Amino acid sequence: MLNRYPLWKNLLIAVVLLLGALYSAPNLYQDDFAIQLTGSRDIYTVDESLLSRVTSALKREGLEIKNAELEKKSGLIRFNDGETQLKAKAVVSRVVGDDYVVALNLAPSTPDWLTSLGAGPMKLGLDLRGGVHFLLEVDLPTAVAQKLENYASEIKGKLREEKLRYRTVTSRDDGSLAVKFAKADVRDEALTVLRKEYQQFLLTSAEENGSYFVVFNLSEQAIRDIEDYALKQNLTTLRNRVNELGVAEPLVQRQGRNRIVVQLPGIQDTAAAKRIIGKTATLEFRLEASPGASSARTETYKFRSEQGRKATLEKDIIIKGDNVANAQASFDENGQPQVNITLDSKGGDLMARTTRNAVKRRMAVLFVEDKERSVYKTVNGEPVVEKIRFQEKNIISLATIQSVLGSNFRITGLDGAGESSELALLLRAGALAAPIYFVEERTVGPSLGAENIAQGVTAVTWGFGLVLLFMVIYYRTFGLLANVALSFNLMLLVAVMSMLSATLTLPGIAGIVLTVGMAVDANVLIFARIKEELKNGLPAQSAIHAGFDRAFTTILDANITTLIAALILFAMGTGPVKGFAVTLSVGILTSMFTAILVTRALVNLTHGGRQLQTVSIGGVK
Amino acid sequence: MSETQKIYDFMGLRKGAAIFSLVLLLVSIGSLAFNGLKLGLDFTGGSLVEVGYEQAVELEDIRDKLKGSGYNDAVVQTFGSPTDILIRLGSDHDPKLGDKVVAALQADESNEITLRRNEFVGAQVGEELREQGGLGMLVALAMIMIYVAFRFQFKFSVGAVAALAHDVIIVLGFFSVLQVEFDLTVLAAVLAVIGYSLNDTIVVSDRIRENFRKMRRGTPIEIMNSSLSQTLGRTLVTSLTTLLVLLALALFGGEMIHGFAVALLVGVFIGTYSSIYVAANVLIAMNICKEDLLPPEKEEEVDDRP
Repeated sequence: MLNRYPLWKNLLIAVVLLLGALYSAPNLYQDDFAIQLTGSRDIYTVDESLLSRVTSALKREGLEIKNAELEKKSGLIRFNDGETQLKAKAVVSRVVGDDYVVALNLAPSTPDWLTSLGAGPMKLGLDLRGGVHFLLEVDLPTAVAQKLENYASEIKGKLREEKLRYRTVTSRDDGSLAVKFAKADVRDEALTVLRKEYQQFLLTSAEENGSYFVVFNLSEQAIRDIEDYALKQNLTTLRNRVNELGVAEPLVQRQGRNRIVVQLPGIQDTAAAKRIIGKTATLEFRLEASPGASSARTETYKFRSEQGRKATLEKDIIIKGDNVANAQASFDENGQPQVNITLDSKGGDLMARTTRNAVKRRMAVLFVEDKERSVYKTVNGEPVVEKIRFQEKNIISLATIQSVLGSNFRITGLDGAGESSELALLLRAGALAAPIYFVEERTVGPSLGAENIAQGVTAVTWGFGLVLLFMVIYYRTFGLLANVALSFNLMLLVAVMSMLSATLTLPGIAGIVLTVGMAVDANVLIFARIKEELKNGLPAQSAIHAGFDRAFTTILDANITTLIAALILFAMGTGPVKGFAVTLSVGILTSMFTAILVTRALVNLTHGGRQLQTVSIGGVK
Repeated sequence: MSETQKIYDFMGLRKGAAIFSLVLLLVSIGSLAFNGLKLGLDFTGGSLVEVGYEQAVELEDIRDKLKGSGYNDAVVQTFGSPTDILIRLGSDHDPKLGDKVVAALQADESNEITLRRNEFVGAQVGEELREQGGLGMLVALAMIMIYVAFRFQFKFSVGAVAALAHDVIIVLGFFSVLQVEFDLTVLAAVLAVIGYSLNDTIVVSDRIRENFRKMRRGTPIEIMNSSLSQTLGRTLVTSLTTLLVLLALALFGGEMIHGFAVALLVGVFIGTYSSIYVAANVLIAMNICKEDLLPPEKEEEVDDRP
């Protein structure tokens, strides 16, 4: 029979729409104003007792809590409004002190039964939520040059060790290292030794102006490895710093060969974020003070990861973090964890000079960080928070010097692989990474974000309303059916975006608005065809059937070409533009489904399988 | 609408339309060549600070204050409302720029100022985005040309791409003549115009192809006219609904999305016109005939014809 869908087709459409309703539902629940509590370091954990201390302090202040719960490693306290949230932040910061990070947050309030189905709201982009976006560029040529410097000092050491007399080791402008020898036979011997040792280099011999050279050229692969390493080191450092901010969903990601994107959504204190991202940690290597040393020449520091343990160190600094070229966790020949440290040539010389007279003494590594402490005062009856900047120094390693150290040495006697990788990480975080530059920065204040959402919603509402009105006036009953389909389209669009955890941006909202306008096109095509067929004298049922049938290929062609444009936009776009491309592409797909299948099903249900004298489609009698 | 399809003589106006298009194109290309586009921060690189005042302020005061603080190259303008001020600076990256500018403006000022937005784009990033943007547009056009050639016929793809290029150039020309700021979102809108205009052109081409195969009699011009007349209702309705939502976006969407909405409004107008006149005109000019559109099996043989 004409214009009846088989049961399975109707059911399929019903199931898709039901799923759409389910997965778009989380967006109806407004985010809660919340405070997120995290330890500033791994040793400070958030547990039940801390949480209850915080909640009881909040209750004493008369601040109403909606909910407080423990998550992985952190605590989340929800409030009913933003004002309470701000007041609560001050209270919580005072209770937990500077060992914990207290961050303002917007937490989704999706009910548990929806979360258990994997449903969640769409993510909001920075332009809607407020926040900071940084694009950082890592200076890779400098990283490679630094690495070459380290190799130069290593090569010198090796040649000395082998008692091969060389004149100079110089790095040339073309990125190669040249070792100069006075005699050809020494050069040849050195070449054999060095070739075995430095497989990442391409070694050649040369003769210029009566001197003999071994020239080191880094292979493409070796250069790429150095660059990769520099980038990863910066990524790790940035990640650690970002974690300190306690942002709910931070993004620290490599982009392209030499760039890093950092996005901190929902952050309200942008100044603090920039300070922390841009801050530097460094290292100090010092000897442990001898038992009888005068207190004027010593200082006592705490250990970073062992509460209560302390050690007294000499005031003199052997080397600082910028002399550390690399630190890597590995295992020694007995399978014990160790950390291998590489210094640059200057650092190696200083280390050798100091340790020559200090074998069997202990050397400490201090981790130095710039920090802020909050001081709570009452000025004229108003509570005031004052931020005091200070340097915090903690010992991350204290080990006995077994022999004279040079550019390469290792720290052993560690408690396990976990400790060695943690130590290596800290050493690297304090070491001078390849320089990074800000190449792009976008900060959106939270009020502007809220305004953008409000304006976006107004635009969608008006656009949607106007289209609905127009369709009913122009196409009557069929317009009404198209409107139902259009509403479903909007719902499916939101559902798919939520399922993909796609980010909604302001241009993304524009994409939704545009989709609403263009999505009716498919229906317009179908209805225009039906009208035409009616004019051509076809009976109502056949006209409807033919209309849907013949408009199909046109709709397909028109939509695929638009999809091509959207996909190209997605491939080349960044940030907000990508958001637009995503909503546009998803919108095209969902609109094809709703305009063709859902409208058809609705038409079939209302018109199908019965005798029709007239069709209410506007303009045709 | 009457019972029988009225045929409008669209092609009777085709010479006039061709001249109209040519004039628009020349003006656009001329303006693009001499004035260029007023590129936004995304493409030029530099810094931007958006601040909100509690009450409306004089732009001159802001300019003087900024000059006093050493920001000599500051470009100050209102952004959507008299209390919302946009300041563009050519300076290098300074993470504290936003705070500094607010501090400079806040001095001896009772009107409270909030920092709304702070952006910095490095010159190199701007250059890359410019290149990528231009490349994206070319790739989009090429891909579409291939798809249309594959689905329809070579002459149609020339017509479609001519219509697209026509639309893109005129939208760019519009931004150049009026010196409206051209940023990333506007570029996105231009690509969306490509998608939209194409949508229209495809629908019309589809009908032209169908009618060439179906209508036994009639010159190409007559077939064009009846095809365009048959699709006119649909073309106008879709353009109207799209214009409605874009109007809503331009009026209520806020300043950040304004350029986007304007680009699409212009694009939809031009796209609607070009799907009627440009694509069809090109087909006529290329002497489209029934043989071009015989069923696909014979298409290869037909394609070889001069």
